[in-house]
Amino acid sequence: MAGRRPIIEIRNVDKYFGEFQALNDVSLTIHAGERVVICGPSGSGKSTLLRCINRLEEPSAGRLTVDGIELTGAKDTLRRVRTEVGMVFQQFNLFPHLTVLENLTLGPMRVRRISRSEATERARKYLDRVHIPEQAEKYPSELSGGQQQRVAIARSLCMEPRIMLFDEPTSALDPEMINEVLDVMVELAGSGMTMVCVTHEMGFARKVADTMVFMDEGEIVESSPPDAFFSRPSSKRCRQFLDRILEH
Amino acid sequence: MRDLIRRLTWLDVVLLAVVAAAVAWVGLRIQGTLNYEWRWEIIPNYLLRFDEQNGRWVANLLLQGLVTTVRIALYASVLALALGVMIGIGRTVKNLTVRMLARTYVELLRNIPPVVVIFIFFFFLSEQLIVAFNIEGWARGIAQGDSAGAWTFLFGDMRLFPSMISGVVVLALFESAFVGEIVRAGIESVGRGQREAAGSLGLSRVDELRFVVLPQATRRVLPPLANQFISLVKDSSIISLISVQELTYKTVELVSSTRAIFEAWITTALLYFVLCFCLSLLFRRLERQGRTEMRA
Repeated sequence: MAGRRPIIEIRNVDKYFGEFQALNDVSLTIHAGERVVICGPSGSGKSTLLRCINRLEEPSAGRLTVDGIELTGAKDTLRRVRTEVGMVFQQFNLFPHLTVLENLTLGPMRVRRISRSEATERARKYLDRVHIPEQAEKYPSELSGGQQQRVAIARSLCMEPRIMLFDEPTSALDPEMINEVLDVMVELAGSGMTMVCVTHEMGFARKVADTMVFMDEGEIVESSPPDAFFSRPSSKRCRQFLDRILEH
Repeated sequence: MRDLIRRLTWLDVVLLAVVAAAVAWVGLRIQGTLNYEWRWEIIPNYLLRFDEQNGRWVANLLLQGLVTTVRIALYASVLALALGVMIGIGRTVKNLTVRMLARTYVELLRNIPPVVVIFIFFFFLSEQLIVAFNIEGWARGIAQGDSAGAWTFLFGDMRLFPSMISGVVVLALFESAFVGEIVRAGIESVGRGQREAAGSLGLSRVDELRFVVLPQATRRVLPPLANQFISLVKDSSIISLISVQELTYKTVELVSSTRAIFEAWITTALLYFVLCFCLSLLFRRLERQGRTEMRA
């Protein structure tokens, strides 16, 4: 990754929920175009770290810089960063009262201030990209889980962000729908998008990741290229975790 | 009908018999002890009266009162809705002062009996406001003006306008606390994930509320709001205490002039019942329609 521009810099971040420490002195640098997969047992702080990047959670201490903008509490920098960072949630979080097309055009029209026709054109382009152009007029509740998650990906892409965050995007899906979502994510990875994914899909991780990050108890335990990560993890905790999820 | 009879169980029969016996017993008691002379024949005349001078039927006391009640309920609910939406949003915003003010408003109005609220408002505020805005003079001007007819249709006798306005305002204040709680519950029922999704798209807080939260909240609060509106119609009887000439006030008037206590109050009860029951049927139908539309 040498020579590439760092796009996300996380420096000594702590996060407390009351007494509970969710993140403990976490530092991580992610470069433009890099694809990072974060894994770890539940409660290890991976989602919290991801949510700190677009400030859905506010770090208790430490510094976070995204695309050259330091994330402080200030509203204008917050919104600027959020338009550059797309987020895909485990529970999709589509807007149920809007059609698929309206879900996709709301952000670009209200935040990017582009016209309805331009936004619609863009929305159709990204619906094509996630292979469901024919569902544009439907409501989210009429779609399958896999289709809903692909709409959610398209909704984020419509903002044309520089970074995409995925928070366990396949964990709420029935097994037969996981692959259609992963396929879209693999294609996206091929397009050079900077991606940070929290996931347990190790096949996907092997295929696309430039860097694997393993977290446990709020700390980054291991961070290495996938080859090294899967063949010879250096820490015992990481080895145990991999044994547990790879044994099937 | 035959189906219905076949479905009756012995429990139904017993229950119906007990209710019938209770009604008959109360009826007999009244007949035996009250020595009351029923004069139902005078009531229709107090609903509609034939005006000899103009040669046409006009509304008399009870119907006048009913119309005033409907007017007041309508205006008060519009005002209560506007206030309530502000209060409800106020209770969910980030700013602590706004939240505290909204909370104080709601708690004050919810924990003081409506009659007390109404008297306090009437004696301390209403008089001052009416004088300050010269509402009395303004209303008199309108009553003598060209468009008096339209104003009378909307607000009834313009000479009673000041009292009607206090009635509307006081009722709206009181109900807005409940509307505010309904709106707050509606806003809070929209999941955190929806707000996070809106936020992560970069929507501003106002846009988030306008395009994501409120449209979803609206659908959920319509049924409880309809109920609150029916409550408002019933609660409007309280403002007879500050001499607003609505149905209850007119009934009191009627009773004192005719002494037909039972007939008058039973008729009034029926009028309220029909009004509120029709409203609840109407809302139920609208709700069902709304639900099928949403599914489509």
